[in-house]
Amino acid sequence: MTRTLLTRVALAALIVAAWELLPRSGVVNPVFLTPASEVARTIWELFTSGELAVHARVSLVRILEGLGLAIVLGVPLGLGMGAFRGFERAVDAPLQAGRQISAIALFPVFILFFGIGELSKVMIIFWASLWPVLLSTVAGVKGVDPVLVRSARSMGARRGTLFRKVILPAAAPSIFTGVRLGAAYAFMVLVAAEMIGANAGLGFLVLNSQEVFAIPRMYAAIVALAAFGLAVNAVLLAAERRATAWREAAGT
Amino acid sequence: MTTPLSTRPAIRVAHVTKSYRGAGAAPGLLALDDVSLDVRRGELLALLGPSGCGKSTLLHVIGGLVQAEGQVVVNGAPVRGPGLDRGIVFQDYALFPWRTVLANVAFGLEMKGLPAPERSRIAREQLRLVGLSAFEDRYPSQLSGGMKQRVALARALAFDPDVLLMDEPFAALDAQTRELLQIELLRVWERTGKTIVFVTHSIDEAVFLAQRVAVITARPGRVKEVLDVELPSPRHARDVRSTPEFTACRHALWELLSEEVTRASGEASAAPAVATPPRRGLLGAFARAFSRRAA
Repeated sequence: MTRTLLTRVALAALIVAAWELLPRSGVVNPVFLTPASEVARTIWELFTSGELAVHARVSLVRILEGLGLAIVLGVPLGLGMGAFRGFERAVDAPLQAGRQISAIALFPVFILFFGIGELSKVMIIFWASLWPVLLSTVAGVKGVDPVLVRSARSMGARRGTLFRKVILPAAAPSIFTGVRLGAAYAFMVLVAAEMIGANAGLGFLVLNSQEVFAIPRMYAAIVALAAFGLAVNAVLLAAERRATAWREAAGT
Repeated sequence: MTTPLSTRPAIRVAHVTKSYRGAGAAPGLLALDDVSLDVRRGELLALLGPSGCGKSTLLHVIGGLVQAEGQVVVNGAPVRGPGLDRGIVFQDYALFPWRTVLANVAFGLEMKGLPAPERSRIAREQLRLVGLSAFEDRYPSQLSGGMKQRVALARALAFDPDVLLMDEPFAALDAQTRELLQIELLRVWERTGKTIVFVTHSIDEAVFLAQRVAVITARPGRVKEVLDVELPSPRHARDVRSTPEFTACRHALWELLSEEVTRASGEASAAPAVATPPRRGLLGAFARAFSRRAA
């Protein structure tokens, strides 16, 4: 336990050290790769000036709206597909085709329809995060132990009750996994969306910094994006642990 | 129809036939063939038969989970679907892993529409009776197999059904736990006076528990014979398995069953493709649940 922790810390330190020393020693051009310490200082400056918070908030709102929409539509659709084979067959072909269309490829279409503003950015995030949410929900419902359904039915549970009290809680772990995966996808397309026609957001900060040749700021924004992604994942993981505490119980 | 209530059987199974359609060109499967059987009020009846003989199917037909031709009448009312007048205890416990022990026991009471304090009170009482009061806040994954089956029994008893249907409930347990639970079941039966139908493939279990044993033939399932078990009572008070009555009964059942087991294993090796009935998935369960909404 402590040994793995030690190797993890050592490896992280090694990477940071290389990041610091390669540009400082001149092996890598320091103009292109800002040393780690300077990036850290830039992050601190962005943080204390409040600039980081402005961009982070804009990005967070886009993520929450896009991912939220994906959950609100993806989970009920997935529940329906998992439970009714006829419905699944009917919608399977268009959904499979839709899944193959890259969210990035659809961005011009979204801009055409929804303009260059917030809506097209939210839509692209929605599109990217919908699929993992949807497919995990379908898999979750299909994976529900039929014995549990039979047991609930034997006690008089029907349609709505069966969904609410058996299918949904049984599929919850799988749905949560899909949501976390959806959040990761959301981050990927967020950056792409913010690089086109945006004037705020962490993705905007990365591209804009590069364009004005504020290279330390560019790296600072990239690191901030990574930290932001980790934070969102941690929050989702905590929510998942809370909601599915019964799974942890087995070990205690 | 004019029979007085007291002599009317708790469960009447009349000409029940159940066949499963074969997949594609495969031949269909006859699981139950014209089964008729009466279960007396307050008796513990065992359905004994070789593996795959359809005894579990028969139990599920009585439980209303499986549709079949023929008629099943429980307390004068024809069975059209599952209902809280019948409690089923499954072999694999079928506890909801996301619910605590207490919430599992309260499930049927929720379905019955009882208010929360009432549910907790009844559930606690039932847990006390199976000796699991200390575990009400645990999750099923934290319990042993024997404890899980006690919880399942408490859950079925909590909503106070007229009949208890038990589908090989102790088959997955180790020998000692099984004996303990058998004794516990006898106590429950004596205490509550419930009509119990108990499916098993163990002759010993059938003789130890049941007042009557219905021997089911190898597929297609038919009632071959119904045997009375007369043992000195109470059965759990001493080593009833060593009595001559037990041995005699055991032997009689063994004779009846051995042909069926031979027949079942012969059939299974000759036609392995039809040896297992088609698995009824979640979707099937849904379809049935929804189609029966009005029932």
